[in-house]
This record gives sequence, structure tokens and C-alpha cells, in this order.
Amino acid sequence: MKDSDGYVTADGRQIGGVLMEMKNITLRFGGVVAIHDISFDIREGEIRAIIGPNGAGKSSMLNVISGFYTPSEGEVWYKGSKRPPMRPYEVARLGVARTFQNIALFEGMSVLDNVMTGRLTHMKAGIGAQALWWGRARDEEIANRRKVEEVIDFLEIQHIRKTPVGNLPYGLKKRVELARALAAEPSILLLDEPMAGMNVEEKEDMSRFILDVNDEFGTTIALIEHDMGVVMDLSDRVVVMDYGKKIGDGTPDEVINNQDVIDAYLGVAH
Amino acid sequence: MLYRTAGQFKTSYKADQALFPVRQDAILLMIILAFAWVIFPLTASEFAFQTLLIPIMIYALAALGLNILTGYAGQLSLGTAAFMGVGAYACYKMVTLMPWMNPILAILLSGVFSAGVGVAFGIPSLRIKGFYLAIATLAAQFFLVWLFEKWAWLYNYNASGAIQVPNLEIFGLYVAGPQASSVTQYFVVLGIVTLLTLLCINLTRGNLGRTWKATRDMDIAAELIGINLMKSKLTAFAVSSYIVGVAGALFVFMWRGAAEPNLFDIPLSFRILFIAIIGGLGSILGNYLGAILIVGLPVVLGTVPAALGIPVSSAMIEHLNIMIVGSLIIFFLIIEPHGLARLWALIREKLILWPFPH
Repeated sequence: MKDSDGYVTADGRQIGGVLMEMKNITLRFGGVVAIHDISFDIREGEIRAIIGPNGAGKSSMLNVISGFYTPSEGEVWYKGSKRPPMRPYEVARLGVARTFQNIALFEGMSVLDNVMTGRLTHMKAGIGAQALWWGRARDEEIANRRKVEEVIDFLEIQHIRKTPVGNLPYGLKKRVELARALAAEPSILLLDEPMAGMNVEEKEDMSRFILDVNDEFGTTIALIEHDMGVVMDLSDRVVVMDYGKKIGDGTPDEVINNQDVIDAYLGVAH
Repeated sequence: MLYRTAGQFKTSYKADQALFPVRQDAILLMIILAFAWVIFPLTASEFAFQTLLIPIMIYALAALGLNILTGYAGQLSLGTAAFMGVGAYACYKMVTLMPWMNPILAILLSGVFSAGVGVAFGIPSLRIKGFYLAIATLAAQFFLVWLFEKWAWLYNYNASGAIQVPNLEIFGLYVAGPQASSVTQYFVVLGIVTLLTLLCINLTRGNLGRTWKATRDMDIAAELIGINLMKSKLTAFAVSSYIVGVAGALFVFMWRGAAEPNLFDIPLSFRILFIAIIGGLGSILGNYLGAILIVGLPVVLGTVPAALGIPVSSAMIEHLNIMIVGSLIIFFLIIEPHGLARLWALIREKLILWPFPH
């Protein structure tokens, strides 16, 4: 599995080379060590899950990937080169998009506008052209609207496109958030608990969308999720974290048979 | 029935993104523009120009500038009047240093100076937000008014310490100063206000507008989806202060005719903030509705008793004014906390369905 040419998944998909690699990441907040010396890679086209009990450091890890936290030690390698310390918006412009554990939509805007904000890394018109709604600005609005409509179509939220996001139910908000992230056409999509607080039906819908995204656009996905059934079904490889340390890494089958992982989840007599 | 949108289908994104996708909105706007450009200039009296039409538009423009910053980009500011002052003093210096300059060009350029000052005082917004930022802009308010008073160069070392608008002409037509006619000034104000409003509508519905609104609604998420918060906030300060600065120049050159530093003190800032809040934050239309209420209502209240032949002393009228306007502000904020613009949006929605309940 360590070869650079990738591997073939259980369901026969070809996974490519390493897209992003975390090398010995350590993250400290004062005296608290949130992440301790963790290394793993994310390969092109795969669905990579990060799991672990509460407080294991999963979200911190995602925040390191998306550039919200700068690791205290260690390196993030992306597309074959070391990523220098940069602001989150610069990371986003490199093709890293994400959703949030607690929905972070722009409540005052319509669904359409929310998804359009996902495209803003692709829009370059200057302020003058925008003020006049002329030339490049107008062309961009139309071209990007087309892209956004494709995503809206894909996630089946056409009927709410002009609804203010604040009025939507929870499940739809989660889907709009996914739409906003997808609209950016990311190389890697980070999902922070995409199914938190959903009922079974909504979870099934969301799982289907995640698989479809991966299948249709070939988007690499890294996700955090607590629902083990979902994780085991969706993901190609799983990283298991506990107390900021990596205790397991491998295919879902390898991971659930790992004694450390079982101990972490079920507890162990000391 | 009048507002029925059924049957107005859009077949291209371009049509859907038109300035007024609903036909009735466009017609309504045409009617308003016809009134503003043709009917008012032909019929309005000198009194109406000086107490209603010109000030309402200038106040609305200033509120529009503030609304870009507070309503769209979510950065609270209490320094609006000071930025208006920067525009006014910049304009004064330009027309006195370069008398050959086209006064309208000077007014439009004066906004550039206030935009620069606005960006400088907007830098704290990168670290602080909410009420704390409001206090930081309050510092701008106090500092700039102090500067207008102490820096004699700004008012050309006048003995009075005030700036006096000279007679300014374009092709022999006086547009500012004691000799300018109200109609001319009205057209200058209307032209600039119409132009800036159109540009603002485009900005707020485009990419920059979405960037601002994203910054306002959730700045952390905005940064993580690729928005440079610094750029977003500082462009908001720049655009906002530009508009506010132009409004300040118009305020002095097209309406007041003269200005002392304390004209730009905090009561004016609050007045404009009231207009923006009562009109509706995050709305363009709201600034006009708010300005009509705050500027227009006292005038109407002041003239009604005289017109009806009721003898009321002018002091009494003033007191009544404050009471009535104050209670109306509270009333409007209770029935619609999101401002008059939202009230209009609700009425419009009802009108689209009317006369059927669903």
C-alpha cells in the first residue's frame, strides 16, 4: 500500500498517488497537546476517514489540513511539495474546501448566493467592472452561475435556490453547505461530521451524495464521522485517533480488528 | 394582482440576473425616476428643494455609504460624520487651490480622500469587531473633528474657522455657492446620487457584495472558503467612505453652503446611523425610505399646522416634532425591526399573491 502508484479498492476503484501528506504533525495549545506526532497520507480519489472518540483531536487535524491552525511541529505536503505556513484563505485557493461540524452558512443570503460564494476563488473581475456589471464581471457571473446550477442540480436543491438559508431545516442546510464546498471544484474536500444530528434517511441521502461526488467528479474526500456504520461503508482507508495520537491506520476491516482501536472505543481495564 | 409575477419566466441566467427581474419593479422604478428627473424639478418650490428633495437625497447617500460598511460588510461605524467632513474639506481645498477645476469632478474626487482616511481608520477592524470596532471608529470621529478645528490650512486660515462655499460654475452655470439656483443643485445631487446608487446595487449583488455579506454573516467560514478578510473589510471601508465622503461634499457644497467643524460632530453620525437602521441594514432602498422618514417627516409635521390654520408657536412645533418623530421611530422598529425596506418587501410579497390568500 505504500507504493506511490496507489492501490485498487475493494470495490475496484483505482486510487492514485499521494495528494496530501501529513508528516509528524504536532499541535499544541499552551501546555495542551491536541495532536501528537501524527503522520498519514491522503491519496488522490480516495475517501479517507478520520475517526476517534470525542476529544481525540480529529477536528484539530482537519483544521490543520485546512490551514486554520498552523502545526507546532511537522509538515504538510500537498501535491508533491511542502506547504509553507499560510492563511486559511490561501489554502482554500489551492483547492481545499470544507464543511463544518456546526453549520457555518451565511444566514443572511439565499441558497444561490451561498453556493456562489463557493465560486469566488474562480472570479477575478475588478471592482470597476463589478460596479458597472459589465464585461468580465458580467460574463463571470453568468459562467459561474452555470457551474453553480450544476452543483445545485447534482445535490437536488433546485427548489430552494432562492430561499434565504436561515429558513431551511437542518438536513437541507447541511446539503447547501456541501454544495458551497463543491462549487469551489476542490481537489480535496474536507467534511467535518457531515451526518451529525441527522436521521437515518438523511444520513442515507448524504452518504449517497458523498459517494456520488467521489465517483462523478473524482474528488478526494477526507471526512470525520462518528457513525461507525457510515464510516466503514463509505471510506477506503481510516485513520483512528485517540488522545491526540494515531492508534490505527488502514482499511476499515484492518482497523476494526485492531486491538488498540477496540480498546479506545470500548475502554480497557487498567 | 398588480404585482403578479406568474408568467414571467426566465430562459437564461442573464435574464435571471437582470437588475430588476420582475417587470413591475422596473416599471415602479421608472415611475420614481420620472418623478425625480422630470416632475419634481418642474413643480417643486424653492422650499421643497431646500428642505426636502436635496437633503433627503444627500442623507440617503450618506446612509447608503454607511450601509455598505455596516449593513453589508457587518462592520459597525460611528464615524460617518467625520468621513463626510473629510469629503467636504477635501472638496473645499480642491476648489480653492485649483479654481479652474470642474466642481463636479472635485466632488467626485473628494470621496477618494475620505476613502483613504476610511481605510486607515478601518485597519483596527482586522483585529476587533462589533462594539469594540464602533469605539475605534468613534476615535476617528473625535480626532477628525478636532483636526478640522485645529488645522487652519484646511479652512484657508479663515478668521471664522468655517468653510464658505465659493461661487462655482460649469460653462457659465453656477452649481455651487450663493448664486447657484436650487434646480441646478438638485440636478447635480440627483445625478451623482443616481449614479452611485446604481454602482452600489451592482457591487452588492456581485462577487464583492457576496464577499462582504459572507464576512458579515460568518467571518471564520468566509476565510476558510477563500475570502481574504483583510481585503474584504478594507474594500468595504474604502467604498463606504468614498460614498460617505461624496455625500459630505454634496452636503456642504450643494445644500448647506457653509460648514463649521462641529457640523460633522457625532449627532450627524447618529442621524445617519438612524436612517440606515430604520431604513433597513443590508438594503439599498432602505436608505431612501429612512431618509424620507427622518428628514422629510419633521418638515411635513412643521408645515401641516400652518397649512391647517392652527396657530402653534415654532418652539412648540419643534418639540412636537421630536416627540412624534421619536415615537414613530420606536413604532417602526417594533413592527419591523429589520427596517422599512423589509416592510416594503413584505408588502410586495403580499401584493404578488393578492387578492388570493395563497
